[in-house]
Amino acid sequence: MTTVPTEPPLLEVRDLHVEFRTRDGVANAVNGVSYTVSAAETLAVLGESGSGKSVTAQAIMGILDSPPGFVTKGEILFRGQDLLKMNAEDRRKVRGAKMAMIFQDALSALNPVLSVGNQLAEMFIVHEGLSRKDARSKAIELMDRVRIPAARDRVGDYPHQFSGGMRQRIMIAMALALEPDLIIADEPTTALDVTVQAQVMELLAELQREYSMGLILITHDLGVVADVADYIAVMYAGRIVETAPVHEIYRHPAHPYTKGLLASIPRLDQKGQELYAIKGLPPNLLHIPPGCAFNPRCPMAQAVCRTDVPPLYEVSPTRASACHFWKEALDG
Amino acid sequence: MPDPQNHPDEAMEPAGGTGATMDLAQDEARTLERQPAPSDRPRSLWSDAWRDLRRNPVFILSALVIAFLVVISIWPGLIASGNPLSCDLANSQRGSAPGHPFGFDNQGCDVYTRVVYGARASVTVGVCATLGAAILGSVLGGLAGFFGGAGDAVLSRVSDIFFGIPIVLGGLVFLSVVTGTTVWPVIGFIVLLGWPQIGRIARGSVITARQNDYVQAARALGAGNSRLLLRHIAPNAVAPVIVVATIALGTYISLEATLSYLGVGLKPPTVSWGIDISQASSQIRNAPHMLLWPAGALSVTVLAFIMLGDAVRDAFDPKLR
Repeated sequence: MTTVPTEPPLLEVRDLHVEFRTRDGVANAVNGVSYTVSAAETLAVLGESGSGKSVTAQAIMGILDSPPGFVTKGEILFRGQDLLKMNAEDRRKVRGAKMAMIFQDALSALNPVLSVGNQLAEMFIVHEGLSRKDARSKAIELMDRVRIPAARDRVGDYPHQFSGGMRQRIMIAMALALEPDLIIADEPTTALDVTVQAQVMELLAELQREYSMGLILITHDLGVVADVADYIAVMYAGRIVETAPVHEIYRHPAHPYTKGLLASIPRLDQKGQELYAIKGLPPNLLHIPPGCAFNPRCPMAQAVCRTDVPPLYEVSPTRASACHFWKEALDG
Repeated sequence: MPDPQNHPDEAMEPAGGTGATMDLAQDEARTLERQPAPSDRPRSLWSDAWRDLRRNPVFILSALVIAFLVVISIWPGLIASGNPLSCDLANSQRGSAPGHPFGFDNQGCDVYTRVVYGARASVTVGVCATLGAAILGSVLGGLAGFFGGAGDAVLSRVSDIFFGIPIVLGGLVFLSVVTGTTVWPVIGFIVLLGWPQIGRIARGSVITARQNDYVQAARALGAGNSRLLLRHIAPNAVAPVIVVATIALGTYISLEATLSYLGVGLKPPTVSWGIDISQASSQIRNAPHMLLWPAGALSVTVLAFIMLGDAVRDAFDPKLR
């Protein structure tokens, strides 16, 4: 991806490995993920449930539940500084102030016993040492900013008194409060209905431009991605299988898994026909198949796919694909 | 919403409009009216619970009894003018007499005065032991639940050991070693044996609260451990502890009476229901009134606290709403 050689990128994840040590064995949730996000850029991380996209995000934020989760290898460079080498207290100061996270379900991600105003104000009291009164007026300002109507009257309301879309706006306001450089949005619109989804995505994209933040958008919804993302990283079984600028991936996917995902989007001209689905199930992370993890489900699989793990082949200066037959995939 | 118990306002309907003449549509309209309207006031778990409690007759009754007990244990002189320790042997075991409605005990002391003054020991032991056990239990259990690991394992095994001690036997041993005429050895013993129960509840509810997304979210926004525990976890985990502690209070009062009955709890000249029950038990055929009044007072007190605990538990359980 585009990196200016003189200045380190905003966030660079290098060869990240995360495993969960469970009673049944070690689950390899993330197996060598690398990606880069620059300021004012949106990277969409796409994948099925269990592909490791959320775990990667938790590792970046440093909120991995440990035990059972452990980062076993890799680097997470934030402005050139390895977060994994920081002590706990320095790392805590980065969270919220420099990078923040938006969660999927705002109702469960907001504390039910505190008013939203209190929760927003807390950010300013903890990180900036503002007085209660100043923090409160900042909270109202933020609620205005994410376009919550009558913010002044609603600042004392509790999370369950807001609609789903409004709650997600409050989550966004909390993440934005300290104007971080990077925001990770973990399926921010999954819990919302379609019309509200569009509004929230639009708001998020607009605020991102305004503050020129880096945004990592984790999703399994290809429709959400197309309008807002600059780059896409497709994950499968804890590995990145394809990265590309967003418009190129839609037109010419270079990995059979990406092709399968795109083919399984319902289209209007398909009316009456059966919808395509990728055969089989995602692999059990306790027993990832040898070779390419996708080979049991892949229509193009050959003998080599069952033995050799495909590296990320460079497809073009801005694209990569982890498929032995990426050329065939690109042409076919 | 078929349960009439939750709607005492039904009783305030004019009598003429209710009964067989009332048709279904009207009934439905009234049900709709009662749907929680979007109010201006913030509604949380706590305010919901409080609203439920205020309408619960069990809560009101037990709260009144408890309030009365607390008042007379602070100012027993309000309703008993005599001195529980000034006794006249000439009156030994006499029944009800003018000015002495409950009669006299073995030593010729006025039973009514002693019952009133005995409330102080019971309420003191109950309240102090519950506070001690609740604070110790929720701090230790909460920390163990939050941090987990080796400390949690050690604490869980230690509380298992305490669970294994038979409470009366433990009391006999402990209180024959740690003696004194005040209430404090008894309170200390009850706290010692009571905290693991509350600790276990606190640990469980902190573990549940800790896994909530909002704790994760607060952590992602830079909250430290103490802030997470005090501001995000504690308010969401404290309800079960309050419930268990309220019920435990009743059982602690009866435990004090049991220990006093066995002669290892409170000792004369402290006035306690347990002591009076113990001294009266041998004379039950000759003078049953000596036993019945303190025993009755004890039963009503324990029942009031347990009923209060029940009502509080129901109010905090959203599934019952």
